Amino acid sequence: MDWITIVIIAVKVVVVFAVLLTGCAWMTWLERKLVARIQTRLGPMNAGFQGLLQPIADMIKLLLKEDISPKHVDKMIYALAPLAAFIPATLSIAVVPFGSSVELFGRHIDLVISNLNIGILYVLAVTSLGVYAIAMAGWSSNSKYSLLGGIRSAAQMISYEIGLGLSIVVVVLLSGTVNLVEMVNQQSSILQWNVFANPVAFLIYFICAVAETNRNPFDLPEAESELVAGYFTEYSSMKFGMFFVGEYANMITVGAIATTLFFGGWQGPFLPPVLWFVIKVAAFMVFYIWTRGTLPRFRYDQLMNFGWKVLLPVAVLNVLVTALIKLW
Amino acid sequence: MFETYFPIVFLLLVSIAAGGGLYLLSKFLGRKSPESKYMDTPYECGVEPVGDTRERFPVKFYLIAILFIVFDIEVVFMYPWAVVYDRLALFGFIEMLVFIGILLIGYVYILRSGALKWD
Amino acid sequence: MDDITESVNGQLISTDSGFDTQEFFVNMGPQHPSTHGVCRLLLTMDGEVVKACQPHIGYLHRAIEKISENRTYAQIIPLTDRFEYLMSMACNWVFCLGVEKIAQVEIPERAEHIRVIMVELNRIASHLVWLATFALDLGAITPFLYCLREREYIMDLFESTCGQRLLYNYIRVGGVSRDLPVGFEKKCREFLDYFTPLIDDYEDLLTNNPIFLSRTKNIGILPRELAINYGVSGPVLRGSGLKWDLRKDDTYGFYDKFDFDIPTGTVGDTWDRYIVRIREMREAVKIVRQALDGLPEGEFRAKIRPSFKPAVGECYTRIESARGEMGAYIISDGTAKPTRVKLRGSSYNHIMVLPEIVDGLKIADLVAIFASFDAIMPEVDR
Repeated sequence: MDWITIVIIAVKVVVVFAVLLTGCAWMTWLERKLVARIQTRLGPMNAGFQGLLQPIADMIKLLLKEDISPKHVDKMIYALAPLAAFIPATLSIAVVPFGSSVELFGRHIDLVISNLNIGILYVLAVTSLGVYAIAMAGWSSNSKYSLLGGIRSAAQMISYEIGLGLSIVVVVLLSGTVNLVEMVNQQSSILQWNVFANPVAFLIYFICAVAETNRNPFDLPEAESELVAGYFTEYSSMKFGMFFVGEYANMITVGAIATTLFFGGWQGPFLPPVLWFVIKVAAFMVFYIWTRGTLPRFRYDQLMNFGWKVLLPVAVLNVLVTALIKLW
Repeated sequence: MFETYFPIVFLLLVSIAAGGGLYLLSKFLGRKSPESKYMDTPYECGVEPVGDTRERFPVKFYLIAILFIVFDIEVVFMYPWAVVYDRLALFGFIEMLVFIGILLIGYVYILRSGALKWD
Repeated sequence: MDDITESVNGQLISTDSGFDTQEFFVNMGPQHPSTHGVCRLLLTMDGEVVKACQPHIGYLHRAIEKISENRTYAQIIPLTDRFEYLMSMACNWVFCLGVEKIAQVEIPERAEHIRVIMVELNRIASHLVWLATFALDLGAITPFLYCLREREYIMDLFESTCGQRLLYNYIRVGGVSRDLPVGFEKKCREFLDYFTPLIDDYEDLLTNNPIFLSRTKNIGILPRELAINYGVSGPVLRGSGLKWDLRKDDTYGFYDKFDFDIPTGTVGDTWDRYIVRIREMREAVKIVRQALDGLPEGEFRAKIRPSFKPAVGECYTRIESARGEMGAYIISDGTAKPTRVKLRGSSYNHIMVLPEIVDGLKIADLVAIFASFDAIMPEVDR
């Protein structure tokens, strides 16, 4: 371990982090643009060409806003909650490989921040930290809408985490490893993609992922028609922005992990690997936005019933069937 | 060891730095208005809140949390099994059947006892 | 334990499992995204479940009725616009209908046709706003923009006719304020041809969507008897299965000359109220077409003096607005100003029946039911 290695790691980390944040920012632009097109509007047009500078304008606006915290909030928890949403959301990208490796200055550089041998477990552990932020925000705000949104959201997220975990077990069964880099290497051709090996697992993963990221039709925590803004009702200024960025970072991470687990990661013909990776993740993002423009929202008990009484049994059954097929 | 975990710790530091930096920026750049009674009240649709929020909340939500622990641990147990499943083969499958069977009893029990009922 | 029971929050609830939890109060409204104006519902909640709901009204009181006592009849008409801003044409009409009845004014045939065209177009516009917000309350954001897009066409038609897009002041005592502009008939027919297939579009987005069905089917059932007892009217009553439409049952204007159906629901759930309004839009299109076909030439307004004085008398007139029975009770003492004007809106009854049917439902259902009642607050508070 020499200092050049450390520099390389540092550069990799900073670049990936910057790309992730930039991705979040322009993801909001993409969402506004696409939803606008679905709804026969134009979306943001004024800031830059086709409103491309809108995310920057939004950030400046958020920074200049007054940071209000109401009376009787639990100051410490109230201030920490946005950070607790933001940090884990950016962490799980660390184990996702976004390319094979490049030769630079005679050195062999893997295009992954950390080739962790327990990659999947790390992802599960880090993503489940997000629920703390929501519970913290909901409880500390001292507002009933926040409380209801926070508790609701916490229950929803932990419920769908089980399905998420079970769908990933199937992938582990298929590939026999929990290392994401090896998983990608195993899906070298399109026929070996895990999505074809077990489409049910992907379906479960995707439904759970949408629920985990609190997106439509599972966007109950922030269902504005019922709970105004859910757990971040009381937040303003950059604290609100932090939740926002955290949510979008989560979406990108979930898309990146789905790409890695089910769609052969960065692999693809003709184009450079990193580009393939971006294309696949972007496809997920577009799908997210599409559902938002199309579907109504579930009711809370319907959501919980679906998670516990449909997804859980199906996911367990799927694990057993996959194991049985593999035995053959 | 160092080469796999150092980048993650570094990413964590970068993330904390970015988050803290944004906090500080908004603290310096943000507008400040004089103290106001109405600014301080929590949002409850424009009227004075009735009652307190720090009260006992329905127990159903906590039941979900407890159930989650049970089933999530089940899922975590499945990971090592799934990794070495090639070597365990039939023995592993039967073992898992037994394991899931036990959990199934618990699952049926919680369904019967109405822990997942919402009204 | 005792002091908790006596606290401002609700009662302790003992569950079978031996855990005690507590009800808590939530103010939904006046400033809430889904109370459609400034209605305030004081909810007693047990977690997600609504235990009781108490409507509070009066946030939008503008004393329209009192002001009317100091205005001449012609001056009151613009006030009635504010009575229900989503269907101002109907407000104008119901007031004029009463004045015409007391003063016994003969309305030209052309004016009657124009009134029907305007009110039915306004009914479509009102239902479109309803559909937009209803879908939005269920979390579907796209129908909102679609509906408002079509509403713009109707607004354009109104603007070309009377210069206003929301508060028309168009229907006057004895007729309408001005004749239809040149080319209105053609533009109106174009709109109807354009609009009819779009209703199918909305239905594609919602009617058979499983999530939409699970959110609306058998939710918030309003039994027929309860609806009648509370004086509920309009699409909400028809959704509960009673075929009661003032256009047919207490006909006014030229409605008896037109051929149209009255759609009704079966069980009276949220979905029935939805489908009744969707079908009503189709029927309204039919009526407008017939009115355009039969539009005669002639005067658009009977000759009456601007400061006319109706005879001494009183009368109650009612018409079918987009929300239900809209009534005006006018007492005239023979001067240029009425002694008393009382306006009746149906939203009040709709809001008051809400507590009867929300017990034990989830807060999301409450939002859906409230939206399906299509209550708007200016009509309640006046």
